[in-house]
Amino acid sequence: MPTDVENWKSEAYGNEVRDRLFEFAEEGYESIPDDERDAWFERFKWWGLYHQRNGQEGYFMMRIGTPNGVLEPGQLRTVGEIADEYARGPGTNPVFGDAYADFTTRQSIQLHWIELSDVPAIFEKLEENGLSTQQACGDSWRNIVGNPVAGKDGQEVIDAWPVIAELNETFKGNDDHANLPRKWKVSVTGSADGSGQGDINDLAFEPAYKTVGGAGDGDETEDVVGFNVRVGGGLARNEPRLARDIDVWVPPERVSDVAGGLSALFRDNGDREDRYNARVKFLVDEWGADEVRETLQEEYVDFELETAGRDVREEYSYNAGEGERNDLIGVHGQKDGTNFVGLNVLVGRMGAADVLNLADLAEEYGSGEVRLSQRQNVIVTDVPDDAIDEFLDEPLLDHYSPSPSPFMRGSVACTGTEFCSLSIVETKNRQVRFARWLKANVDLPDDVDEFHIHLSGCTASCAQPQIADVSLRGMKTRKDGDPVEALDVGLGGGLGEDPQFARWVTQRVPVDEVPGAIANLVESFAAERDEDESFRAFVAGHDDDELDAFVDPEETDYEDPMMHNTKRTWYPYAENDSMEDAPSTPADD
Amino acid sequence: MTTRLRVLDDGAWISVDDSREVRVSELWRLDAPGFCACDLVDLVVENFQEVGVDGAGVEARVYGQCIACGATGTTGWVPIGRVRGGEFTEIDRSAVRRVGP
Ligand code: HEM
Ligand code: SF4
Ligand SMILES: [Zn+2]
Repeated sequence: MPTDVENWKSEAYGNEVRDRLFEFAEEGYESIPDDERDAWFERFKWWGLYHQRNGQEGYFMMRIGTPNGVLEPGQLRTVGEIADEYARGPGTNPVFGDAYADFTTRQSIQLHWIELSDVPAIFEKLEENGLSTQQACGDSWRNIVGNPVAGKDGQEVIDAWPVIAELNETFKGNDDHANLPRKWKVSVTGSADGSGQGDINDLAFEPAYKTVGGAGDGDETEDVVGFNVRVGGGLARNEPRLARDIDVWVPPERVSDVAGGLSALFRDNGDREDRYNARVKFLVDEWGADEVRETLQEEYVDFELETAGRDVREEYSYNAGEGERNDLIGVHGQKDGTNFVGLNVLVGRMGAADVLNLADLAEEYGSGEVRLSQRQNVIVTDVPDDAIDEFLDEPLLDHYSPSPSPFMRGSVACTGTEFCSLSIVETKNRQVRFARWLKANVDLPDDVDEFHIHLSGCTASCAQPQIADVSLRGMKTRKDGDPVEALDVGLGGGLGEDPQFARWVTQRVPVDEVPGAIANLVESFAAERDEDESFRAFVAGHDDDELDAFVDPEETDYEDPMMHNTKRTWYPYAENDSMEDAPSTPADD
Repeated sequence: MTTRLRVLDDGAWISVDDSREVRVSELWRLDAPGFCACDLVDLVVENFQEVGVDGAGVEARVYGQCIACGATGTTGWVPIGRVRGGEFTEIDRSAVRRVGP
């Protein structure tokens, strides 16, 4: 039997939802019929609006999809202005204040506390400036990710930006691909560093060379750059999968055909009766890569597919645990002789005033363009050599550093109990507290300058915990009999040539003992590692019991003010935080 | 009048008549000998799988973990509340819930 969600989608979904959304906005939140709320909130996701958790009724998270994380000159200012004007609600965050933007692990932007009545005005402003929330959530083509500095990166094999732009153009608002069984996450990478993180997406295009020609009478052959195709990656629900190689190479001009073919294959064959089994990763489990390839060839494309080409995976360094360019922080050369400067945004959150300030700086020192990475950081592009020193001296860069402490630099955190329905624990503010404590109290060995800690509030894995050195995932435990927020600890995950998911070695550590646990772990690593051994290699060389012993949870002078069940509050940081004190749904204005 | 019961947002909560009533992240005490070896399961509710009715009682199958022993899995039918006169009332959170097959 199809699910409720499928029934709602078949009644109305995609582009057509917009008119009703605007009518509801016009007439007020209360105009959504009582018995249609679930259906409409599900449909609104397709337009990037996600109802915040209970206790925050009538307020929405709004996600803006910025393909490949590219914000053209002026667009960051638009985001800052919208955040400043509309992303204010009844709750104030003690670290980030009242209006802020979140840069996400899929190179998108999230705003919170959005009221339905403001949506038309926000959409108008976004669209005037070339931005959109279309398909940012919901069962469809999500924001396409890749190496954020595509087209500029000195390390590029092929410029993926025109390909991404074409895919975005073709599959956003495309009725044939608007209603898929589940989300469809696509990554296209043209650089040799692996920074598009294709392995954890539903569909990945990765740079590869293919020898073509040679069949005719003149046996001239030629190496052409295109993409190898992988399908069925994803991290959610204790079922992490790496995308599987389907032995296909495509030239850039055919990417759209193959991507459309695979999206249609998923549309027609994905499981619409069980949402937990709907992601294409499960279809690939069931069919195997060969059958995916055969079905694609026979039913979904009208040309002969090439077999896979020679990839460049051995050069992958992004989030690989060792080697150069684990992330894109710092000053790096562009192809055109200017530079891009990656700035660390701790847990991806930036106050609206800082967003506007950064937009000014990007204009003053670069071209005004800014790009977002999958590590929740921001990159200012096109900065000439002679402007670098002055740019680096800007006071804003004291906060958003191009050379941060490894614990700041390596921190990624999801939304958590502040706004998210699925969450088990508080996340972003906690990760800020962890990072500050670790920076002040823990020394990594001198030769280790990257250490990734990812915190996800539940198994959906929005912070991509399984691909970090230290993975933290929301749980509960009892401490002295009382329930407290806790974290499972996993170790040794990462991407690179041979990606690996973290092994969950220590379960249910009370949150106030986690910094001590990481300190003890780092101490054991420093004492026991072979010379120059990376943390990831160190983890690979030990069994789970040995690692569990290294983790060794311990209370320290770190204090956690959010030990209680933060989900039972209407907002964890409110003075009167109980559900009874929750604000009423926002009045229509 | 029939009551509309749904699991929504990837198992994050249970909707009763289009209103959010029961959510993940709670700790529930279960009398569920099949789930783990503990006398009482101390369950972190991570995901709702299914919701159903048994007379006036509303029950759900949930995915979660017993924090006393670490066992994970999906439970049988756990009582979560009752519908009376069209109104849903959640079971007291500290109650021990007897789990059906
Ligand atoms: C209101 C807050 C959010 C909610 C309710 C939410 C919901 C979810 C859910 C239900 C999943 C499981 C996906 C599945 O099984 O298909 C998921 C996974 C994921 N989400 Fe979120 N999410 C939120 C915020 C975010 C943020 C801040 C990001 C960054 C764009 C994000 C990116 C991801 C990623 C990267 C995954 C990874 C797992 C995968 O691809 O399988 N989410 N999210
Ligand atoms: S990982 Fe879980 S808690 Fe965090 S944002 Fe995603 S769904 Fe919410
Ligand atoms: Zn148990």
